[in-house]
Amino acid sequence: MAIAAKIAFVIGFMVLSLTPGMVIVERRLSAWMQGRIGPDRVGPLGLLQPLADAIKFIFKEDIIPDDADKLLYILAPVMVLVPPALGLIVIPFGNHIGDEPLEVANLSIGVLFTMSVLSVAVYGLAFGGWASNNKYSLLGGLRASAQLVSYELALSLSIIAVLMISAGHPSETMGTLNPRLIVERQIQHGWNILGGGNWLMLPCGLIGFILFFISALAENNRLPFDLPECEAELVGGYHTEYSSMKFALFMMGEYVGMTVMASLMTTFFLGGWHLPGLTRLADHSLVAGLVSVAVFMAKVVAILFVYVILRWTLPRFKYTQLMNLGWKRLVPLALANVIAVAVIGVLTQSGGVK
Amino acid sequence: MTLKKAWYKLAIKLYIPAALNGMRYTLGRVFRKKATLSYPEEVHVPRKGYRGEHRLKKDEVGRMKCVACLMCQTACPAECIQIVGAPSPWPDREKIPIVFNIDMLKCIYCGMCEEACPCDAIELTPTFTKVSTTREEKIYDINKLLSR
Repeated sequence: MAIAAKIAFVIGFMVLSLTPGMVIVERRLSAWMQGRIGPDRVGPLGLLQPLADAIKFIFKEDIIPDDADKLLYILAPVMVLVPPALGLIVIPFGNHIGDEPLEVANLSIGVLFTMSVLSVAVYGLAFGGWASNNKYSLLGGLRASAQLVSYELALSLSIIAVLMISAGHPSETMGTLNPRLIVERQIQHGWNILGGGNWLMLPCGLIGFILFFISALAENNRLPFDLPECEAELVGGYHTEYSSMKFALFMMGEYVGMTVMASLMTTFFLGGWHLPGLTRLADHSLVAGLVSVAVFMAKVVAILFVYVILRWTLPRFKYTQLMNLGWKRLVPLALANVIAVAVIGVLTQSGGVK
Repeated sequence: MTLKKAWYKLAIKLYIPAALNGMRYTLGRVFRKKATLSYPEEVHVPRKGYRGEHRLKKDEVGRMKCVACLMCQTACPAECIQIVGAPSPWPDREKIPIVFNIDMLKCIYCGMCEEACPCDAIELTPTFTKVSTTREEKIYDINKLLSR
């Protein structure tokens, strides 16, 4: 029963509500940034616009190109949407209510699980690009896979630094891959973005967060890294040939991916459901549990908000710039960050530097 | 000076300070006044002196001011004005127009006719949203021009 409620929350809220919510927020905000009003006709303040869009998508003609590889063509949108949604299951979106930890599955290898599941999404993009039998789509798919594979490395390396920060506190003896334990350690010692309670690690935490953020942008194909769907060069990129609900699935996949990345950032760097001062969140009553969920979601939404502002601020990178940034800047920086965390951690743990 | 310059260079190299600055600007735009009007409810009010569709003016006693001098027709670069004059029934002028057609589809709303008119008889109004379903409707005759 409890597990059903939690799954319902993750699917119903984090996937099916946050996504349309993000769509309308993004459309309104971008309109305001450009001096426009944006969609405000459907429902109060235009809030029902995503619903109208969804209905439109459902009733549109679903075109499959003649020479498309049917199986992969149909599989691709699913493979874009499902893996990010699966990644949500190990994310602790709140403290306990009673004895129930607020997450769908408490995996001890949660971090590995999310990372491996998320990287499956790249197959969706590559399949979509290849199966459409369209040169532009193929190029988009190629770009997407190259980009995602490159930035996955920086992303994982910055996560490794996080894991070492959580393990690096003098009072800890072991690291952990369990997202819930990572959050609990942050509550105990301090947020990882600030070095997890060890002030010498403050720059490492900050750099790790920035690296993670940039890589997450690239992973989600968001501006300034949305080369796979670069309109001027590639029409629509890997989803050029997609119409109707299949296109909507691609779109949803992108937004769910953003939600997952924002949740991961919250979990790894921003202390999950923890808010300094709200010590009563520690008790396991219903109200405290709901407040902890609200705090977590507030952090996630704040990060998504930054995503939107960033999208309408920065121009798109060139492909060479993207690859240079990934391999020549982010990866070495992430490696250096890992080494720095390791050195500082060892020194502080052994009592060399306090 | 050099320190400031070096800092500036570093900020550009790092990219992130510049991006943050840009984000601040973008966020600021959110709260500015919007350029778009939600049209059916809000209607654009043209500025004073806006050049929309024409009208012919009348004097204090309600007679049309136009004396059919053909100055506007001559001045019109689009050649959209067609005037046919006739002897005037009133003693203070020689001619009045009996035909005064303006083809609104040809008109370029330049206002030359208004400038050329010696009697201050023709004027451009701020009206710009008139709709017609045929081309003939867009040729405004003397009654239509006088009634506006």
